[in-house]
Amino acid sequence: MIGRPMQFPVQAVRKIDWLSKLRHFLQVLAFALGVATIQYAFLPDRPYGPPLVYSLFIASITWAVIDLGREFFPSSRETGWPQGWAGLGLVIGAIVIGYLAGTWTADKLCLYYGWYSAGARPAHIDPGQERSSILITALAGIIGSYYFYTINKSAYLIRKMNEAHQHANEARLKLLETQLEPHMLFNTLANLRALIATDPQRAQVMLDHMIAYLRATLGASLSATHTLQAEFDRLRDYLELMAIRMGPRLSYTLDLPPELAQHLVPTLLLQPLVENSIKHGLEPKIEGGQITVSARRDGPAVVLEVLDTGVGLSGSGEDRPGFGVAQVRERLANTYGLASAIELVADISGGTRATARFPYKE
Amino acid sequence: MSQNSQNNQNGSPAATALIAEDEPLLAQALQAELARAWPALRVLASVRDGVSAVTQTLQLQPDVLFFDIRMPGQSGLEAAAELADEWPQDTPFPALVFVTAYDQYAVQAFEAQAVDYLLKPLQAARLQKTVSKVQLALSTRAPAAINSVAEQGSALDQTLEQLRHLLVASRAPGPESGPLKVLQISVGNSIRMVPVGEVIYFEAADKYVRVLTAGHEYLIRTPLKELLPQLDAQSFWQIHRGTVVQAGAIDTVSRDESGKLTLSLRGRPEKLAVSRLYSPLFRAL
Repeated sequence: MIGRPMQFPVQAVRKIDWLSKLRHFLQVLAFALGVATIQYAFLPDRPYGPPLVYSLFIASITWAVIDLGREFFPSSRETGWPQGWAGLGLVIGAIVIGYLAGTWTADKLCLYYGWYSAGARPAHIDPGQERSSILITALAGIIGSYYFYTINKSAYLIRKMNEAHQHANEARLKLLETQLEPHMLFNTLANLRALIATDPQRAQVMLDHMIAYLRATLGASLSATHTLQAEFDRLRDYLELMAIRMGPRLSYTLDLPPELAQHLVPTLLLQPLVENSIKHGLEPKIEGGQITVSARRDGPAVVLEVLDTGVGLSGSGEDRPGFGVAQVRERLANTYGLASAIELVADISGGTRATARFPYKE
Repeated sequence: MSQNSQNNQNGSPAATALIAEDEPLLAQALQAELARAWPALRVLASVRDGVSAVTQTLQLQPDVLFFDIRMPGQSGLEAAAELADEWPQDTPFPALVFVTAYDQYAVQAFEAQAVDYLLKPLQAARLQKTVSKVQLALSTRAPAAINSVAEQGSALDQTLEQLRHLLVASRAPGPESGPLKVLQISVGNSIRMVPVGEVIYFEAADKYVRVLTAGHEYLIRTPLKELLPQLDAQSFWQIHRGTVVQAGAIDTVSRDESGKLTLSLRGRPEKLAVSRLYSPLFRAL
């Protein structure tokens, strides 16, 4: 095992946290002291020295093999513990090595310093003594390993939780950033300013859409849900704003069957898809085009679809619609798990069709 | 030239303009604001995309261009670069004003420059300032006939210089891993690994890019616009909208009577034309 680390690329080996190793080692020593004390308590007529020495050596070597050895398993990089049989094998191997090397060293040491009481022989020569030593080593090894395994696991879970939390925060920020994209905001304001002079009534209508859009965007949280009716209303606000801006270059249809109107969906789920259709589909296209957003029931599933007649998926690669789709996929997965799906395909018309599918709930 | 050589009572020519803005309300608003800020200005055309912006400008030859940056077809910057290439040598280049809602890079690049920019929503006072600036620029160059060629040239050079900077600034940032080392080009069923250093020049051809080495010619699907940021800017120079050449492969640069530059190469027989926008790259030491 010692010869193996060379096989792994340097970056595959996690940076070793020596402070926590030292902490583990001290805990192991304390544990070994405890084991020796219990042994001594059962057989008070024997000297305290030898069991202590044996216990310390066996424990230290077992600890070294497990705690240092696990760093060399690539599967332990994430959790800090080798996966499956490797983990069990490491523990058993370490206990065997710890027992053999520990008793051998302790024998030598005790003989050299004459710590055995007169007439007592090194432990492994006495078969009864040897059996109980093996039993104690195995028990102590398993208890110790289990203890460290649990600590490790909970530390790993806490780390994962923090990561997930951070990830969610980043996603929320990114969502907000795309929705409140300054370019969109200032262009909308510019249109409003133009309308105030020429058509105050339309300006007011546009302002109302903008207020509703801003309220929904700023209030939207990634975890909350709202009805499909609310979802389509918010999409209408956004599309209405874009229609005023793009003029005849944008036409849109929203198709929500009344029986689905009250079905719940994650807030602003479709927003990134509609934005993609505008940004990557219609905006680059000189003559513009049409966006159709629809909802339908398909057996046990609800199918939401955003279809555009834009330039299609082969468009410029500067920023492809990847982020929006990934975001919708993640939110679907968080809400519905594996029962949900999203796909982005080139439509026969030359545009793009994004389809989200998730279970229908009464 | 017929339209903008008409003189008004003051003896100065009535300035003409072209607006390129994809959002109809904003185009109308700009035109209305301009009518207030510069009543004498005649807006010859208002177009909705970057492609018509070029064709209409070439056809109508206005004095001032108001170009939105984000437009369908091609961006305002790209349209201006194409115009710089296509513009007839004997006519003064129009004054350029870019209009943008929010393009951080552009705004920074525009600060304190001769090419002006306007932020959307437009503010009347700011527009007035731009108008004065453009009027000043037009008055110093008019009448075009007496204006010395050198003076005209230097003003254009300045404009082109800025345009070059803007084009570079607007490009997507290159990969963090540093410039491309090897091109992976699919040839039939296999992938040919071509070291970038062997490429003598790249040439845009429709949706493809031709890759020319000393002995071979390949086609890749990546558009030149996406390839450019991945190349080492020190060794690969853009010399035309559709041409990027390895500087080390340039043999001689020759100038004809009209001032046009042509490159001859080591390792390839072709001669490459340098567009006006990139001509200043070649100056004798």
